[in-house]
Amino acid sequence: MAASCLRVLIMARRISKPDVLLIAALLLLGAAGLIFVNVWKGQEGSGVRITVDGAVYGVYDLSKEQTIPINVRGAVTNVLQTADGKAKMIQAECPDKLCVRQNAAYRKGETIVCLPNKVAVEITGGQEGTVDAVSQ
Amino acid sequence: MKKKRTAYLGMFLALALVCSYIESLLPFHFGIPGIKLGLANIVILLLLYYAGAKEAAFVSILRILLCGFLFGNLFSILYSLAGGILSFLCMALLKKTGIFHMVSISAAGGMAHNLGQIFVAAAVVENLNLFFYLPLLLSVGVITGILIGIAAQEILLRLPVDKN
Repeated sequence: MAASCLRVLIMARRISKPDVLLIAALLLLGAAGLIFVNVWKGQEGSGVRITVDGAVYGVYDLSKEQTIPINVRGAVTNVLQTADGKAKMIQAECPDKLCVRQNAAYRKGETIVCLPNKVAVEITGGQEGTVDAVSQ
Repeated sequence: MKKKRTAYLGMFLALALVCSYIESLLPFHFGIPGIKLGLANIVILLLLYYAGAKEAAFVSILRILLCGFLFGNLFSILYSLAGGILSFLCMALLKKTGIFHMVSISAAGGMAHNLGQIFVAAAVVENLNLFFYLPLLLSVGVITGILIGIAAQEILLRLPVDKN
């Protein structure tokens, strides 16, 4: 079935063997990467680290329910909410709001980024979540 | 002759801008930034075949700049330029080999686009953890690239053959 479909497409000047090989190679590369990433950092994180302009802004516990206003150069640009081991950006002062549309992050290494404000929110694992008192 | 070419390229640029605008209206969000259809790439692909690499590059860069000024900001321009240039180089090189069709050229272009964007994003926020999303964005880039490639291919096969 698939082979005859392919033959029709080749006849119709739509696709050729090199195309099939290239697409298969690209898809395999993507799939291998997905498997690698999922095996490598599949576990749920326990803390969240906020960085602004590459510098650490604060570290918070993910299990606690809290709303964190992020202050960049004198104004609150983003608001992050943590609850049930997940972090979600609920507010952003930028036109595209890509970070607000992003799903809640909860796995170690997952990152929410607000590019215009250079804010990065990263899920961390282990003990980092316990030092949140410092930044509160 | 030269005037006609300018008019043609202007029309293609307008078409690419309209595609970008339509795309910004489509609710195509999957909860991961960077995933988009890339409708404007249909126009760039067609130009690559119909006019040539230089013209396609020219229109692609102008579209990104205009689109950034109209609907985006400095960061969206930076972001799009990295993706757009990398994707264009990839597609132009693959086309030059002469053994690939639009479908696979566009698939590779989609992948290269997302690769370029993630590098800029990681550099801007100085966070290497963004590469966590790389495999997902690359896979999605291939799939959206295939869709765009099919659309562009069908249009190309229906365009008149004469070149100016």
